[in-house]
Amino acid sequence: MSQEHNMRRVTAIRNGTVIDHIPSGQAMRVLEMLNMNKTTSVPVSMVMNVPSKKMGTKDIIKVEDRELTQDELNRLALVAPEAHVAIIRAYSVAEKMTIQIGEEVTNVVRCTFSNCITTNPREPLAHRLRVMGREPLVLRCHYCGRPQDLEKLIGNLL
Amino acid sequence: MAGLITMDDLSNDEIQSILEDAERLLPVAEGKIYLPLLQGKILGNLFFEPSTRTRMSFETAMKRLGGDVVNLGDVKTSSVVKGETLFDTIQMVDGYTDIIAMRHPRQGAAQYAQDAARVPILNGGDGAGHHPTQTMLDLFTIKQAHGRLDGLKVILAGDLRYGRTVHSLSHALTRFGCELIFASPKLLRMPAEIVEDLTAHGANVVETEDLFSSLEEADVVYMTRIQKERFADEDEYTKVAGAYKLHASNLEGTKEDMIIMHPLPRVDEIHPSVDKTRHARYFEQAFNGVVARMALLCRLLGVKVPEDISPAGGEL
Repeated sequence: MSQEHNMRRVTAIRNGTVIDHIPSGQAMRVLEMLNMNKTTSVPVSMVMNVPSKKMGTKDIIKVEDRELTQDELNRLALVAPEAHVAIIRAYSVAEKMTIQIGEEVTNVVRCTFSNCITTNPREPLAHRLRVMGREPLVLRCHYCGRPQDLEKLIGNLL
Repeated sequence: MAGLITMDDLSNDEIQSILEDAERLLPVAEGKIYLPLLQGKILGNLFFEPSTRTRMSFETAMKRLGGDVVNLGDVKTSSVVKGETLFDTIQMVDGYTDIIAMRHPRQGAAQYAQDAARVPILNGGDGAGHHPTQTMLDLFTIKQAHGRLDGLKVILAGDLRYGRTVHSLSHALTRFGCELIFASPKLLRMPAEIVEDLTAHGANVVETEDLFSSLEEADVVYMTRIQKERFADEDEYTKVAGAYKLHASNLEGTKEDMIIMHPLPRVDEIHPSVDKTRHARYFEQAFNGVVARMALLCRLLGVKVPEDISPAGGEL
Protein backbone atom coordinates (compact mmCIF):
# COMPACT_ATOMS: atom_id res chain seq x y z
CA MET A 1 0.00 0.00 0.00
CA SER A 2 1.38 3.40 -0.90
CA GLN A 3 2.55 6.07 1.48
CA GLU A 4 -0.08 8.46 0.04
CA HIS A 5 -2.82 5.96 0.82
CA ASN A 6 -1.68 5.77 4.45
CA MET A 7 -1.62 9.51 4.72
CA ARG A 8 -5.15 9.80 3.39
CA ARG A 9 -6.52 7.90 6.37
CA VAL A 10 -6.48 11.27 8.11
CA THR A 11 -6.73 14.64 6.44
CA ALA A 12 -3.66 16.50 5.35
CA ILE A 13 -2.66 19.21 7.80
CA ARG A 14 -1.97 22.79 6.82
CA ASN A 15 0.71 23.53 9.38
CA GLY A 16 2.36 21.32 11.96
CA THR A 17 4.33 18.09 12.32
CA VAL A 18 3.94 14.57 10.92
CA ILE A 19 5.75 11.80 12.79
CA ASP A 20 6.05 8.75 10.56
CA HIS A 21 7.66 5.31 10.92
CA ILE A 22 6.66 4.82 14.53
CA PRO A 23 6.77 1.09 15.42
CA SER A 24 3.25 -0.36 15.54
CA GLY A 25 1.58 0.17 18.86
CA GLN A 26 4.02 2.83 20.09
CA ALA A 27 2.04 5.93 19.05
CA MET A 28 0.51 6.41 22.50
CA ARG A 29 3.95 6.17 24.07
CA VAL A 30 5.29 8.69 21.59
CA LEU A 31 2.57 11.15 22.63
CA GLU A 32 3.43 10.44 26.24
CA MET A 33 7.14 11.05 25.63
CA LEU A 34 6.34 14.35 23.96
CA ASN A 35 4.09 15.27 26.89
CA MET A 36 1.21 15.58 24.45
CA ASN A 37 -1.02 12.96 26.01
CA LYS A 38 -2.58 15.27 28.59
CA THR A 39 -1.52 18.83 28.21
CA THR A 40 -1.70 19.61 24.50
CA SER A 41 -4.46 21.89 23.20
CA VAL A 42 -3.69 21.52 19.48
CA PRO A 43 -5.48 18.92 17.29
CA VAL A 44 -3.63 15.59 17.16
CA SER A 45 -4.52 12.74 14.76
CA MET A 46 -3.15 9.28 15.11
CA VAL A 47 -3.29 6.18 12.94
CA MET A 48 -2.09 2.83 14.22
CA ASN A 49 -1.06 -0.44 12.56
CA VAL A 50 -1.16 0.83 8.98
CA PRO A 51 0.82 -1.15 6.38
CA SER A 52 4.40 -0.08 5.78
CA LYS A 53 6.85 -1.37 3.18
CA LYS A 54 9.80 -0.90 5.47
CA MET A 55 8.33 -1.92 8.81
CA GLY A 56 5.40 -4.24 7.98
CA THR A 57 3.04 -2.08 9.98
CA LYS A 58 3.55 1.27 11.64
CA ASP A 59 1.87 4.14 13.47
CA ILE A 60 1.69 7.77 12.31
CA ILE A 61 0.94 10.92 14.30
CA LYS A 62 -0.03 14.33 12.93
CA VAL A 63 0.13 17.34 15.21
CA GLU A 64 -1.46 20.52 13.91
CA ASP A 65 -0.09 24.01 14.44
CA ARG A 66 2.96 22.87 16.31
CA GLU A 67 6.48 22.29 15.02
CA LEU A 68 8.50 19.76 17.00
CA THR A 69 12.07 20.73 17.79
CA GLN A 70 15.06 18.45 17.25
CA ASP A 71 15.40 18.12 21.04
CA GLU A 72 11.80 16.97 21.39
CA LEU A 73 12.25 14.52 18.56
CA ASN A 74 15.41 13.09 20.11
CA ARG A 75 13.37 12.08 23.15
CA LEU A 76 11.77 9.42 20.98
CA ALA A 77 15.02 7.46 20.57
CA LEU A 78 13.88 4.95 23.19
CA VAL A 79 10.57 3.92 21.54
CA ALA A 80 10.80 4.99 17.91
CA PRO A 81 14.46 5.21 16.87
CA GLU A 82 13.53 5.03 13.17
CA ALA A 83 10.90 7.76 13.32
CA HIS A 84 10.93 10.39 10.59
CA VAL A 85 9.49 13.80 11.09
CA ALA A 86 8.20 16.24 8.51
CA ILE A 87 7.44 19.84 9.39
CA ILE A 88 4.47 20.97 7.32
CA ARG A 89 3.92 24.57 6.31
CA ALA A 90 1.07 25.53 3.97
CA TYR A 91 0.33 21.88 3.19
CA SER A 92 3.85 21.08 2.01
CA VAL A 93 6.89 19.55 3.63
CA ALA A 94 9.09 22.44 4.69
CA GLU A 95 11.66 20.44 6.64
CA LYS A 96 12.58 16.81 7.32
CA MET A 97 14.20 15.58 10.51
CA THR A 98 15.42 12.26 11.87
CA ILE A 99 16.31 11.30 15.41
CA GLN A 100 19.87 12.07 16.34
CA ILE A 101 21.18 10.13 19.28
CA GLY A 102 24.14 11.88 20.80
CA GLU A 103 26.57 10.56 23.39
CA GLU A 104 23.96 10.87 26.11
CA VAL A 105 20.21 10.80 26.72
CA THR A 106 19.68 13.65 29.14
CA ASN A 107 16.61 14.36 31.27
CA VAL A 108 14.32 12.06 29.31
CA VAL A 109 14.14 9.09 31.68
CA ARG A 110 15.30 8.16 35.15
CA CYS A 111 17.75 5.28 35.76
CA THR A 112 15.92 2.01 36.46
CA PHE A 113 18.24 0.82 39.24
CA SER A 114 16.42 1.09 42.56
CA ASN A 115 19.55 2.02 44.55
CA CYS A 116 20.86 4.67 42.16
CA ILE A 117 21.49 8.11 43.69
CA THR A 118 19.12 9.63 41.11
CA THR A 119 16.09 7.79 42.59
CA ASN A 120 15.80 10.62 45.14
CA PRO A 121 13.45 12.99 43.28
CA ARG A 122 14.83 15.97 45.19
CA GLU A 123 18.36 15.59 43.83
CA PRO A 124 18.64 18.38 41.26
CA LEU A 125 21.33 17.24 38.78
CA ALA A 126 20.32 16.04 35.30
CA HIS A 127 19.33 12.44 34.67
CA ARG A 128 22.02 11.20 32.30
CA LEU A 129 22.23 7.91 30.42
CA ARG A 130 25.34 7.24 28.37
CA VAL A 131 24.86 5.74 24.90
CA MET A 132 27.11 2.65 24.77
CA GLY A 133 25.65 1.21 21.54
CA ARG A 134 23.22 2.42 18.90
CA GLU A 135 21.88 -0.64 17.09
CA PRO A 136 20.49 -1.94 19.30
CA LEU A 137 20.36 0.98 21.69
CA VAL A 138 22.47 0.24 24.80
CA LEU A 139 22.32 2.73 27.66
CA ARG A 140 24.11 2.96 30.99
CA CYS A 141 23.49 5.36 33.84
CA HIS A 142 26.18 8.05 33.97
CA TYR A 143 26.15 7.90 37.77
CA CYS A 144 25.70 4.28 38.90
CA GLY A 145 26.94 2.66 35.67
CA ARG A 146 24.11 0.10 35.55
CA PRO A 147 22.99 -1.10 32.11
CA GLN A 148 19.36 -0.14 31.42
CA ASP A 149 16.49 -2.39 30.40
CA LEU A 150 14.73 -0.36 27.69
CA GLU A 151 11.27 -1.79 28.46
CA LYS A 152 11.57 -0.81 32.13
CA LEU A 153 13.11 2.51 31.19
CA ILE A 154 10.05 3.62 29.27
CA GLY A 155 8.11 3.35 32.53
CA ASN A 156 10.53 5.90 34.02
CA LEU A 157 9.78 8.84 31.75
CA LEU A 158 10.40 12.20 33.32
CA MET B 1 39.44 19.15 39.36
CA ALA B 2 38.99 15.48 38.58
CA GLY B 3 38.69 13.00 41.40
CA LEU B 4 38.83 9.21 41.65
CA ILE B 5 35.38 7.69 41.14
CA THR B 6 36.21 4.41 39.41
CA MET B 7 39.50 2.81 38.37
CA ASP B 8 38.74 4.05 34.83
CA ASP B 9 39.85 7.47 36.04
CA LEU B 10 43.45 6.24 36.19
CA SER B 11 45.61 4.90 33.36
CA ASN B 12 47.92 1.94 34.02
CA ASP B 13 50.88 4.33 33.97
CA GLU B 14 49.20 6.61 36.51
CA ILE B 15 48.45 3.61 38.74
CA GLN B 16 52.10 2.54 38.62
CA SER B 17 53.34 6.05 39.27
CA ILE B 18 51.00 6.50 42.28
CA LEU B 19 52.16 3.14 43.65
CA GLU B 20 55.77 4.33 43.31
CA ASP B 21 54.88 7.52 45.22
CA ALA B 22 53.26 5.32 47.89
CA GLU B 23 56.41 3.22 48.16
CA ARG B 24 58.49 6.34 48.82
CA LEU B 25 55.95 7.61 51.36
CA LEU B 26 56.19 4.46 53.52
CA PRO B 27 58.51 5.97 56.17
CA VAL B 28 56.13 8.95 56.41
CA ALA B 29 53.14 6.63 56.87
CA GLU B 30 55.08 4.74 59.53
CA GLY B 31 55.72 7.99 61.39
CA LYS B 32 59.51 7.79 60.94
CA ILE B 33 59.73 10.96 58.89
CA TYR B 34 57.56 14.06 59.09
CA LEU B 35 56.82 15.42 55.65
CA PRO B 36 54.16 18.16 55.64
CA LEU B 37 53.45 18.09 51.91
CA LEU B 38 49.77 18.87 52.46
CA GLN B 39 50.13 21.58 55.10
CA GLY B 40 47.28 24.06 54.82
CA LYS B 41 45.05 21.60 52.95
CA ILE B 42 41.78 20.33 54.37
CA LEU B 43 40.15 16.96 53.66
CA GLY B 44 36.38 16.66 54.11
CA ASN B 45 35.46 13.17 55.32
CA LEU B 46 31.85 12.47 54.30
CA PHE B 47 30.88 9.01 55.43
CA PHE B 48 27.15 8.50 55.02
CA GLU B 49 27.46 4.89 56.12
CA PRO B 50 29.70 3.14 58.65
CA SER B 51 33.40 2.88 57.96
CA THR B 52 36.34 2.19 60.22
CA ARG B 53 39.40 1.54 58.10
CA THR B 54 38.63 3.76 55.14
CA ARG B 55 37.66 6.80 57.20
CA MET B 56 40.50 6.41 59.73
CA SER B 57 43.14 5.74 57.09
CA PHE B 58 42.10 8.83 55.11
CA GLU B 59 42.34 10.86 58.28
CA THR B 60 45.71 9.36 59.20
CA ALA B 61 47.04 9.87 55.67
CA MET B 62 46.05 13.53 55.68
CA LYS B 63 47.52 14.19 59.14
CA ARG B 64 50.80 12.36 58.44
CA LEU B 65 51.25 14.78 55.54
CA GLY B 66 50.57 17.82 57.71
CA GLY B 67 47.04 18.41 56.41
CA ASP B 68 43.83 18.68 58.38
CA VAL B 69 40.49 16.89 58.35
CA VAL B 70 36.89 17.93 58.93
CA ASN B 71 34.30 15.23 59.44
CA LEU B 72 30.62 15.04 58.60
CA GLY B 73 30.22 13.18 61.89
CA ASP B 74 27.32 10.90 62.60
CA VAL B 75 24.75 11.02 59.80
CA LYS B 76 22.00 10.76 62.42
CA THR B 77 22.92 14.14 63.87
CA SER B 78 23.88 15.93 60.64
CA SER B 79 21.76 17.93 58.23
CA VAL B 80 21.28 14.76 56.15
CA VAL B 81 18.69 13.56 58.63
CA LYS B 82 16.73 16.75 57.99
CA GLY B 83 16.39 15.70 54.36
CA GLU B 84 19.26 17.65 52.81
CA THR B 85 20.09 16.46 49.31
CA LEU B 86 23.55 15.15 48.51
CA PHE B 87 23.86 18.05 46.08
CA ASP B 88 23.37 20.62 48.86
CA THR B 89 25.66 18.78 51.30
CA ILE B 90 28.39 18.75 48.65
CA GLN B 91 27.90 22.46 47.89
CA MET B 92 28.55 23.22 51.54
CA VAL B 93 31.53 20.90 52.12
CA ASP B 94 33.02 21.91 48.79
CA GLY B 95 33.33 25.42 50.15
CA TYR B 96 35.00 24.26 53.37
CA THR B 97 37.59 21.87 51.98
CA ASP B 98 40.22 21.20 49.30
CA ILE B 99 39.31 17.56 48.68
CA ILE B 100 36.50 15.23 49.76
CA ALA B 101 36.55 11.52 50.67
CA MET B 102 33.07 10.06 50.56
CA ARG B 103 31.19 6.85 51.23
CA HIS B 104 27.49 6.65 50.46
CA PRO B 105 24.92 3.83 50.51
CA ARG B 106 23.56 4.77 47.06
CA GLN B 107 25.32 3.60 43.92
CA GLY B 108 26.46 6.43 41.67
CA ALA B 109 26.66 8.87 44.60
CA ALA B 110 30.39 9.50 44.08
CA GLN B 111 29.99 10.46 40.41
CA TYR B 112 27.00 12.59 41.37
CA ALA B 113 29.06 14.35 44.05
CA GLN B 114 31.90 14.91 41.59
CA ASP B 115 29.50 16.51 39.11
CA ALA B 116 28.24 18.79 41.89
CA ALA B 117 31.66 19.70 43.32
CA ARG B 118 34.61 21.86 42.32
CA VAL B 119 37.08 19.97 44.52
CA PRO B 120 38.17 16.39 43.74
CA ILE B 121 36.07 13.55 45.18
CA LEU B 122 37.72 10.33 46.35
CA ASN B 123 35.16 7.54 46.17
CA GLY B 124 35.35 5.56 49.41
CA GLY B 125 32.53 3.25 48.30
CA ASP B 126 29.15 3.91 46.67
CA GLY B 127 26.54 1.21 47.33
CA ALA B 128 27.60 -1.97 45.55
CA GLY B 129 29.43 0.17 42.99
CA HIS B 130 33.12 1.00 43.25
CA HIS B 131 35.83 1.36 45.87
CA PRO B 132 38.90 2.51 43.93
CA THR B 133 41.01 3.72 46.87
CA GLN B 134 40.72 0.21 48.33
CA THR B 135 41.84 -1.13 44.96
CA MET B 136 44.91 1.11 45.04
CA LEU B 137 45.93 -0.25 48.44
CA ASP B 138 45.19 -3.79 47.25
CA LEU B 139 47.40 -3.28 44.20
CA PHE B 140 50.10 -1.81 46.43
CA THR B 141 49.95 -4.90 48.66
CA ILE B 142 50.12 -7.25 45.67
CA LYS B 143 53.04 -5.36 44.17
CA GLN B 144 54.86 -5.33 47.50
CA ALA B 145 54.58 -9.12 47.69
CA HIS B 146 55.18 -10.08 44.07
CA GLY B 147 57.17 -7.14 42.74
CA ARG B 148 54.75 -6.83 39.83
CA LEU B 149 51.06 -6.65 38.97
CA ASP B 150 50.98 -8.30 35.58
CA GLY B 151 50.26 -11.90 34.75
CA LEU B 152 49.32 -13.08 38.24
CA LYS B 153 46.71 -15.70 39.02
CA VAL B 154 44.22 -14.23 41.47
CA ILE B 155 41.32 -15.96 43.24
CA LEU B 156 38.56 -13.62 44.40
CA ALA B 157 36.32 -15.48 46.84
CA GLY B 158 33.15 -15.00 48.87
CA ASP B 159 30.53 -12.35 48.20
CA LEU B 160 31.34 -11.16 44.70
CA ARG B 161 27.87 -9.81 44.04
CA TYR B 162 27.65 -7.08 46.63
CA GLY B 163 31.35 -6.66 47.38
CA ARG B 164 32.37 -3.38 45.78
CA THR B 165 36.05 -3.98 46.61
CA VAL B 166 36.16 -6.99 44.29
CA HIS B 167 34.34 -5.10 41.53
CA SER B 168 36.96 -2.36 41.35
CA LEU B 169 39.85 -4.77 41.90
CA SER B 170 38.84 -7.20 39.16
CA HIS B 171 38.65 -4.31 36.66
CA ALA B 172 42.15 -3.18 37.59
CA LEU B 173 43.69 -6.67 37.59
CA THR B 174 42.21 -7.31 34.15
CA ARG B 175 44.03 -4.26 32.84
CA PHE B 176 47.30 -5.74 34.07
CA GLY B 177 46.62 -9.06 32.37
CA CYS B 178 45.95 -11.10 35.49
CA GLU B 179 44.08 -14.38 35.34
CA LEU B 180 40.96 -14.19 37.52
CA ILE B 181 39.14 -16.99 39.30
CA PHE B 182 35.81 -16.00 40.85
CA ALA B 183 34.89 -18.45 43.62
CA SER B 184 31.48 -17.78 45.11
CA PRO B 185 28.13 -19.34 45.94
CA LYS B 186 25.62 -19.09 43.06
CA LEU B 187 23.58 -16.46 44.88
CA LEU B 188 26.61 -14.19 45.29
CA ARG B 189 28.22 -14.50 41.85
CA MET B 190 29.97 -11.56 40.23
CA PRO B 191 27.28 -9.42 38.49
CA ALA B 192 26.84 -10.47 34.86
CA GLU B 193 27.51 -6.96 33.53
CA ILE B 194 30.90 -6.89 35.26
CA VAL B 195 31.89 -10.30 33.89
CA GLU B 196 30.78 -9.10 30.43
CA ASP B 197 32.85 -5.93 30.80
CA LEU B 198 35.90 -7.89 31.91
CA THR B 199 35.71 -10.41 29.08
CA ALA B 200 35.13 -7.58 26.59
CA HIS B 201 38.45 -6.18 27.83
CA GLY B 202 40.14 -9.49 27.12
CA ALA B 203 40.01 -10.88 30.66
CA ASN B 204 40.67 -14.51 31.36
CA VAL B 205 37.89 -15.26 33.86
CA VAL B 206 36.84 -18.57 35.41
CA GLU B 207 33.71 -18.75 37.58
CA THR B 208 33.45 -21.57 40.11
CA GLU B 209 31.76 -22.52 43.37
CA ASP B 210 34.88 -24.33 44.54
CA LEU B 211 37.41 -22.19 46.36
CA PHE B 212 39.94 -24.95 46.94
CA SER B 213 40.43 -26.54 43.52
CA SER B 214 42.76 -23.83 42.19
CA LEU B 215 44.37 -22.80 45.49
CA GLU B 216 47.69 -24.45 44.60
CA GLU B 217 48.15 -22.40 41.43
CA ALA B 218 47.15 -19.04 42.92
CA ASP B 219 49.51 -16.11 43.48
CA VAL B 220 46.86 -14.13 45.39
CA VAL B 221 43.77 -15.30 47.27
CA TYR B 222 41.43 -12.40 47.99
CA MET B 223 38.80 -13.37 50.57
CA THR B 224 35.63 -11.38 51.32
CA ARG B 225 32.96 -11.65 53.96
CA ILE B 226 29.72 -13.45 53.22
CA GLN B 227 26.98 -11.60 55.05
CA LYS B 228 24.20 -13.46 56.82
CA GLU B 229 21.54 -10.97 55.73
CA ARG B 230 22.03 -11.91 52.07
CA PHE B 231 20.38 -15.29 52.73
CA ALA B 232 16.73 -16.15 53.25
CA ASP B 233 17.44 -18.45 56.21
CA GLU B 234 20.29 -19.12 58.58
CA ASP B 235 20.71 -22.81 57.64
CA GLU B 236 21.39 -21.86 54.04
CA TYR B 237 23.89 -19.23 55.17
CA THR B 238 25.73 -21.66 57.45
CA LYS B 239 25.94 -24.24 54.67
CA VAL B 240 27.16 -21.80 52.03
CA ALA B 241 29.51 -19.72 54.19
CA GLY B 242 31.18 -22.93 55.41
CA ALA B 243 32.46 -23.62 51.91
CA TYR B 244 34.38 -20.33 51.80
CA LYS B 245 36.51 -20.59 54.92
CA LEU B 246 40.27 -20.80 54.92
CA HIS B 247 42.13 -22.68 57.62
CA ALA B 248 45.92 -23.03 57.86
CA SER B 249 45.48 -26.72 57.00
CA ASN B 250 44.11 -25.73 53.57
CA LEU B 251 47.34 -24.04 52.65
CA GLU B 252 49.57 -27.08 52.23
CA GLY B 253 50.81 -27.36 48.68
CA THR B 254 50.17 -23.73 47.87
CA LYS B 255 52.86 -21.56 46.29
CA GLU B 256 55.56 -20.30 48.63
CA ASP B 257 54.86 -16.67 47.79
CA MET B 258 51.06 -16.91 47.57
CA ILE B 259 49.42 -14.16 49.64
CA ILE B 260 46.01 -14.10 51.32
CA MET B 261 44.25 -10.76 51.40
CA HIS B 262 40.97 -9.53 52.90
CA PRO B 263 39.49 -6.01 52.93
CA LEU B 264 38.39 -6.65 56.58
CA PRO B 265 36.44 -6.85 58.79
CA ARG B 266 36.53 -10.64 58.66
CA VAL B 267 34.15 -12.90 60.52
CA ASP B 268 34.87 -16.62 60.06
CA GLU B 269 36.16 -16.74 56.50
CA ILE B 270 39.82 -16.69 57.55
CA HIS B 271 40.58 -18.81 60.61
CA PRO B 272 43.04 -17.20 63.07
CA SER B 273 45.37 -20.15 62.39
CA VAL B 274 46.14 -18.49 59.03
CA ASP B 275 47.32 -15.26 60.71
CA LYS B 276 50.72 -16.68 61.59
CA THR B 277 51.44 -18.23 58.21
CA ARG B 278 53.73 -16.48 55.70
CA HIS B 279 50.71 -16.12 53.41
CA ALA B 280 48.67 -13.76 55.61
CA ARG B 281 48.81 -10.18 54.35
CA TYR B 282 45.51 -8.68 55.49
CA PHE B 283 46.90 -6.64 58.36
CA GLU B 284 49.70 -5.19 56.19
CA GLN B 285 47.00 -4.55 53.61
CA ALA B 286 44.99 -2.53 56.14
CA PHE B 287 48.11 -0.51 57.01
CA ASN B 288 48.76 0.06 53.31
CA GLY B 289 45.47 1.94 53.22
CA VAL B 290 47.29 4.86 54.80
CA VAL B 291 50.21 4.98 52.38
CA ALA B 292 48.09 4.39 49.26
CA ARG B 293 45.71 7.16 50.32
CA MET B 294 48.62 9.49 51.08
CA ALA B 295 49.85 9.04 47.51
CA LEU B 296 46.33 9.56 46.13
CA LEU B 297 45.73 12.71 48.18
CA CYS B 298 49.00 14.19 46.89
CA ARG B 299 48.21 13.24 43.29
CA LEU B 300 44.69 14.66 43.29
CA LEU B 301 45.76 17.83 45.06
CA GLY B 302 48.51 18.34 42.49
CA VAL B 303 51.31 18.01 45.05
CA LYS B 304 54.40 16.22 43.79
CA VAL B 305 55.91 13.58 46.06
CA PRO B 306 59.68 14.24 46.14
CA GLU B 307 61.96 11.61 44.58
CA ASP B 308 64.15 11.58 47.66
CA ILE B 309 62.13 11.87 50.81
CA SER B 310 64.62 11.53 53.66
CA PRO B 311 66.40 14.90 53.41
CA ALA B 312 63.22 16.87 52.76
CA GLY B 313 61.59 16.32 56.13
CA GLY B 314 64.14 15.13 58.63
CA GLU B 315 63.83 12.12 60.86
CA LEU B 316 61.71 12.23 63.99
